[in-house]
Amino acid sequence: SRAGFTGPENLSRVNLVLVKHYSQTLYTLYIRSVYHNLSKEAEIKRINKELANIRSKFKGDKALDGYSKKKYVCKLLFIFLLGHDIDFGHMEAVNLLSSNKYTEKQIGYLFISVLVNSNSELIRLINNAIKNDLSSRNPTFMCLALHCIANVGSREMAEAFAGEIPRILVAGDTMDSVKQSAALCLLRLYKASPDLVLMGEWTSRVVHLLNDQHMGVVTAAISLITCLSSKNPDEFKTCVSLAVSRLSRIVSSASTDLQDYTYYFVPAPWLSCKLLRLLQCYPPPEDGAVKGRLVECLETILNKAQEPPKSKKVQHSNAKNAILFEAISLIIHYDSEPNLLVRACNQLGQFLQHRETNLRYLALESMCTLASSEFSHEAVKTHIETVINALKTERDVSVRQRAADLLYAMCDRSNAKQIVAEMLSYLETADYSIREEMVLKVAILAEKYAVDYSWYVDTILNLIRIAGDYVSEEVWYRVIQIVINRDDVQGYAAKTVFEALQAPACHENMVKVGGYILGEFGNLIAGDPRSSPLVQFNLLHSKFHLCSVPTRALLLSAYIKFINLFPETKATIQEVLRSDSQIRNSDVELQQRAVEYLKLSSIASTDVLATVLEEMPPFPERESSILAKLKKKKGPGAVSVELEDGKERGELNGGADRGGEAAIAASNSTPSPSSDLLGLRSAAPVGGPAPSAGSLLVDVFSEAGSAPPSAASEDPAPPLFVCKNNGVLFENQLLQIGIKSEYRQNLGRMYLFYGNKTSVQFVSFTTTVSCPGELQSHILKCIPSLTHTKPVEPLVEGGAQVQQVINIECLTDFVDAPLLNIKFRYGGALQNITLKLPVTINKFFQPTEMAAADFFQRWKQLSQPQQEAQKIFKASHGMDTEVLKAKLLGLGTALLENVDPNPENYVCAGVIQTKIQQVGCLLRLEPNAQAQVAPPPPPTHTHTHTHLCAHALDSHTASVCPSLCGSHCITHCTHLHVITRYCIYVKDPHRVGSSKSH
Amino acid sequence: MIKAILIFNNHGKPRLSKFYEHYSEDTEQQIIRETFHLVSKRDENVCNFLEGGMLIGGSENELIYRHYATLYFVFCVDSSESELGILDLIQVFVETLDKCFENVCELDLIFHVDKVHNILAEMVMGGMVLETNMNEIITQVDAQNKMEKSEAGIAGAPARAVSAVKNMNLPEMPRNINIGDISIKVPNLPSFK
Repeated sequence: SRAGFTGPENLSRVNLVLVKHYSQTLYTLYIRSVYHNLSKEAEIKRINKELANIRSKFKGDKALDGYSKKKYVCKLLFIFLLGHDIDFGHMEAVNLLSSNKYTEKQIGYLFISVLVNSNSELIRLINNAIKNDLSSRNPTFMCLALHCIANVGSREMAEAFAGEIPRILVAGDTMDSVKQSAALCLLRLYKASPDLVLMGEWTSRVVHLLNDQHMGVVTAAISLITCLSSKNPDEFKTCVSLAVSRLSRIVSSASTDLQDYTYYFVPAPWLSCKLLRLLQCYPPPEDGAVKGRLVECLETILNKAQEPPKSKKVQHSNAKNAILFEAISLIIHYDSEPNLLVRACNQLGQFLQHRETNLRYLALESMCTLASSEFSHEAVKTHIETVINALKTERDVSVRQRAADLLYAMCDRSNAKQIVAEMLSYLETADYSIREEMVLKVAILAEKYAVDYSWYVDTILNLIRIAGDYVSEEVWYRVIQIVINRDDVQGYAAKTVFEALQAPACHENMVKVGGYILGEFGNLIAGDPRSSPLVQFNLLHSKFHLCSVPTRALLLSAYIKFINLFPETKATIQEVLRSDSQIRNSDVELQQRAVEYLKLSSIASTDVLATVLEEMPPFPERESSILAKLKKKKGPGAVSVELEDGKERGELNGGADRGGEAAIAASNSTPSPSSDLLGLRSAAPVGGPAPSAGSLLVDVFSEAGSAPPSAASEDPAPPLFVCKNNGVLFENQLLQIGIKSEYRQNLGRMYLFYGNKTSVQFVSFTTTVSCPGELQSHILKCIPSLTHTKPVEPLVEGGAQVQQVINIECLTDFVDAPLLNIKFRYGGALQNITLKLPVTINKFFQPTEMAAADFFQRWKQLSQPQQEAQKIFKASHGMDTEVLKAKLLGLGTALLENVDPNPENYVCAGVIQTKIQQVGCLLRLEPNAQAQVAPPPPPTHTHTHTHLCAHALDSHTASVCPSLCGSHCITHCTHLHVITRYCIYVKDPHRVGSSKSH
Repeated sequence: MIKAILIFNNHGKPRLSKFYEHYSEDTEQQIIRETFHLVSKRDENVCNFLEGGMLIGGSENELIYRHYATLYFVFCVDSSESELGILDLIQVFVETLDKCFENVCELDLIFHVDKVHNILAEMVMGGMVLETNMNEIITQVDAQNKMEKSEAGIAGAPARAVSAVKNMNLPEMPRNINIGDISIKVPNLPSFK
């Protein structure tokens, strides 16, 4: 190719010309950027000087000519490109838009498309200029304007032009170049604001652009049509037959027919690719003739791949193969033509050994999708040797990574052992960047296709040996879960870890697995004198001092288990526990374990010891957290093969034969947390410290079966929600509860969203709402109802969110809030959380607007002391009028402006709606900068039926007020004085009368 | 969709950046640096595709690049684009630049920021391909140049003079003069290494 950048002589030639041509500044910048002989400070200094110069030119009295304007704007663009902020020139650029000169207009648009973002205030001005240019009928100006819309793509622009652009696109007299721009401009607006682009009447004319004479128009239109089709396939389905016939004309044409659109002897490669992509939005055509024509095209494309190349240039083969790969994608997408699928697979097989690295890369990538088709899975498998070879010998890490992906995708029961072995051996030399992913893949394949669990154990231990640093917690937790759940492999596992620990240097993860497994199953190999209890203990303890604190803690637990398994080791182990390095360890966790284990081993009887340190019960079956981790790493698409494969799920969970049974057992039994040495049941969030470590020892010594609930009930109804209806009600490490509520009159509806923050499912998830005390007598009725008419799913998947709706009716006034109780099992541990639902009397306020005279008349009417509640409190933070107003509105009352003669005061009015009565309330808030204000009169209680309401209101003014103060609204020297006056009506034709309370 | 088009030189100095999605100015600079870091450490003769950096969307996006002498041309695209198609597009872009600038070199990109943007705008709009036919693109660019010249008037005289010199037909001079061994003194310039 002639395409240049061909070395120093070329550079210097241009140098000589340009030096005369351009100002010193750019030249210096260039020198600096090429030769690095200016320090960063010097560059900044130089640029600031230049910026100041340009600014003065822009602001100067002398009008700049077009050439200078252009020069300075170009300089600004270059300075921006180097990473410096440009904070001026925008207005000058906008002014250039209205120029009649192309040069000035163009440079203005360029500046705007590079430097103006969608939320700029200038958009209105820019829109005006665009509007003028669009209606100018000058194609160059129209294109500039359309480009600008596509570059900025803001909502205001969509609002202004979404109606106009489709008209330009389909108008008969629009120039081709403008049509092209209009198509892509519309696409951009559609992507940004789909609601504003209404295709309706234009649909068919847009689809027919596929038939346009001008290939450029088709090229631009097809992107638009593809996007619209993928969103509304039905409306655009006529594009299928048009696309097929267009494709057919291109594919079957002699390469010279398309003249300018022939690229290195390949007819319209870009457009062909796009047509094939468009067809991938749809299933195979139903019309036999269309389908026949398409199959013919695909066959022609596959045939052409076998023909000798028309040029030796790489561009020729690139263009040809671009079409071929898209055709293969379409064949895979249809997944219905076995003949084509096998041909595609063979073609990719050829590419696997092609000398072009790009083709090998793409072939591996395509084969990954091909491997999931049942027609071609077997055919893909025949290439296993080539792929393994690629994994071993490719120089390029991107290609090796694709090879690893393909091996993972083509793995099944028949070749799992070979593939896992190859991946393991590749791991020894793999690039650091992909090791972690490889480890996860090996772990998943080993588990998924394990027929023989000793192979599985070997594989994972090898994994730890080879790439210990990249073995995450999930992986070694998982091997332990599986060993514990399958008694046929326990003896083998014990033997293997024992052997693995013999190695002079072994990875800490190996020590963890070893410690855990020997602690549980060391007895299974203790018969052999070479692995007698004491030998096992000494082996483990020889690693102890090299390990980190969590591992040491785990080993201590293994030791206490040894005392139970092998009474003969008791003296030795107690000796170790008693040593200063343990019992006086500076780490609290280690010290506590040493002390308590020592005590336990000395005072507990053998029976108690045997109960406390009993073998771990089986783990509840669940989806492998490794898979979840890989999904997170690779995005949802990457592991879809497993998810679609329903039959394999049981095995993933550690043995299909026992899956169901064990799941039931797990949800019924309450395994004692005390035997959970690792905290596996409350599986640790990745990277965090072992969560149950703290409670572990408490559990060990607590009475069997009375383990305290791990989450204490959270008491307070957060004052936050008095003035707010939405937000996060509760959050801990496991669970987040979001709330949205709405109230109308005396009715309310509350949506609760329970989000599982972990990657593990919650089992037996139940929620109950109760109304304590007086609420129970139907003062407040809460009927939990569920959106999908079924009760809350007892299972909440990891990362999932479930929704619950609670309907609330306020019968009469109330004080206490209803309680929400949530129970579930996380791992094995029961979680029990009780919360107050933020239902307060003020939620049933209906705002009332009234004029000043009206307000004060009513205010005076409610003059009896029983009808008034006063509260004075000190402000703790600065006062912000707006915040204060928002709070008062949040309370539910109407905020009456210009009512109180004192502008400092706030007055509000509202009616509390309950089923049997209404309570009218007038509220006045008097911020008082002078310190002392009289305290409120002491409340006097009466026992009328209205007492409750008054009490409620009082308690609520009380609860509102702290929330007012507590939420940073009032200055430190200000006192707030809140007076509420109210009257109560029983909902009855007759007004029973206003009444009093205190 | 094309998310971004970046051109930088062998030292990582940006020569053109065009983002088709909104990022803050800081993020844009970081993306350029990250991309340079990813691309520049790769050997010659490896494949032209790699997963995108974290800042621009990680493995959902792909970087497709070509290295020409002193410059890297990098297109960051999502999965809806054909890799080889984009590779062709880069080639079309470079060939077009080469025709418009007559043996394009890095300096042309610096001193003609506006032209490079114009040429690119004739090919790609809002992240989608507008035109792939080089002749069509050049026709448009030429038309713009003509308009520019006709408008330039007196103010454009120096530029016209220079281009006249540049285009002067001097048959006795070879097209590429090798001046490596001639030391040229330009008195009014700071010396450079």
